[in-house]
Amino acid sequence: MNNVDKSLLKNIEDNEFSNSDAINIRKNGKCIERKDTKYINIKSKDNNSGINVYVDDNVKFGIIHIPVIITESGITDTVYNDFYIGKNSNVVIIAGCGIHNDKHKTSTHNGIHKFHLGENSNVTYVEKHYGSGNGDGKKILNPTTEIFMDNNSSMKIDSIQIKGVDDTLRITKAKLNNNTKLTINEKILTHNDQKAITKFLVELNGKNSSAHVTSRSVATKNSYQEFKSNVIGNSKCYAHVECDSILKDNGCVKAIPEIYAKNVDANLIHEAQIGKIAGEQLLKLMSLGMSEKEAEKAIIDGFLN
Amino acid sequence: MLELKNIYFKKDNKTILNSINLKFDNEKFYCITGPNGSGKSSLAKIIMGIEKPNSGKIYLNGEDITDKSIDERAKLGIGFAFQRPVCFKGITVYDLLRFATKKDLSRKDACEYLSKVGLCALEYLDREINKSLSGGELKRIEIATVIARNPNVAIFDEPEAGIDLWSFQNLNSVFKELEATYMGVTIVISHQEKILSLADEIILLDKGAIVSDDKKDEMISSIFNKKCCKKVNQ
Repeated sequence: MNNVDKSLLKNIEDNEFSNSDAINIRKNGKCIERKDTKYINIKSKDNNSGINVYVDDNVKFGIIHIPVIITESGITDTVYNDFYIGKNSNVVIIAGCGIHNDKHKTSTHNGIHKFHLGENSNVTYVEKHYGSGNGDGKKILNPTTEIFMDNNSSMKIDSIQIKGVDDTLRITKAKLNNNTKLTINEKILTHNDQKAITKFLVELNGKNSSAHVTSRSVATKNSYQEFKSNVIGNSKCYAHVECDSILKDNGCVKAIPEIYAKNVDANLIHEAQIGKIAGEQLLKLMSLGMSEKEAEKAIIDGFLN
Repeated sequence: MLELKNIYFKKDNKTILNSINLKFDNEKFYCITGPNGSGKSSLAKIIMGIEKPNSGKIYLNGEDITDKSIDERAKLGIGFAFQRPVCFKGITVYDLLRFATKKDLSRKDACEYLSKVGLCALEYLDREINKSLSGGELKRIEIATVIARNPNVAIFDEPEAGIDLWSFQNLNSVFKELEATYMGVTIVISHQEKILSLADEIILLDKGAIVSDDKKDEMISSIFNKKCCKKVNQ
């Protein structure tokens, strides 16, 4: 790994790899490092098209790192990663993607991740997207996440795109069985002419299933963001979708909520708020000695924290 | 010491403050009171720099601060507790106290500031400052951010507004402690007799002008035996 690789990994992986049980690092479409255990197994798919990760039943706790880095300009890397989480198992999966592009051609990563959660399992999934490089070649990241949750399972997703991604289409689909809980926290910052589109499709099929989707985003300069959520309640269930956006400069944000209750006991809520930083928030922080710029930064950092 | 000279303030073609002259001395506890719309909050905001007077001068320890911005005044030692505490998304109580103190505030020290305002600190430090906190809790956190700055001039704009009786009892003890220990100027805008009774001096505003800045006892008796009340009863 060279310094660019290390810098990308540092930006997308907050944790040290030393604490991980299983690792798969993919660079420019190829696996460059892998480690697994007796209980967490990683197998390659054909043609380097991705990996299958198998977590045994009753794994009390495991950490899996599967970062992807792209440093070649003009590459389109599409990866299919499937995760099979055994019954009663509890894992943390960290799956960042970083693109460094110093040249003129567009670099693209399409990450298609499928999660199959066994009964009573618990998954925390952290996904951080980052772009760097001085070239005018675009950096495009299109993650698709599909989740199948068996009875009594729970999943928490923290998805963060803070810097340098020119274009992204983020699709998350989930099907929830009985007594399942899905929590998604998404944070996006766009600037310049960047574009970010996020789509959620959550089907609450099981009794007492619940979904909590929170999207916080900041659109600055001439960037554009779109947030589209579609939650379907097919049983006695609960869903709360919240889209909060701060606008700066000429940033634009469109929020399209769709909630569809197909059961009398479905309780679905959608909230959306888009606007510039509240003047009173700036005043409060300025009254604590911050300049207007410092106050604005503190508010945005806190919002996206 | 803080001094206001001939402060005149107009908003939406209406005179809000008219020829206000006041001197505030260190180690003294001042209450500004008066009917709704009398200009109390505007006066407090003018001292903090949130509003700008149309004419007049403000001096802090002899330095003219009339044209200074909010943050410059804050750095010079003016602190302001808002009447309606501001909510944030993603900013915790600990964050706000760190912003207030501008230093590497330890969690232990942050807890002490919260304890001073009667909050069980560890329960609150990592909570986001949003509407899940009650009015009383937000008020106390707001006051803690001002106390944490240890300002030369501490202004509290209607600390009792919007809180329940139980929270008010707690707040009252916070101000008692402040009155007994604080070395700077304390200015509290209030209608509450209990808070007014802590004051060294009470300033009564009406229609943007100082009606009276008599000694406390005469003021309290005149305020709470108001002529207007008699008129209603007559």
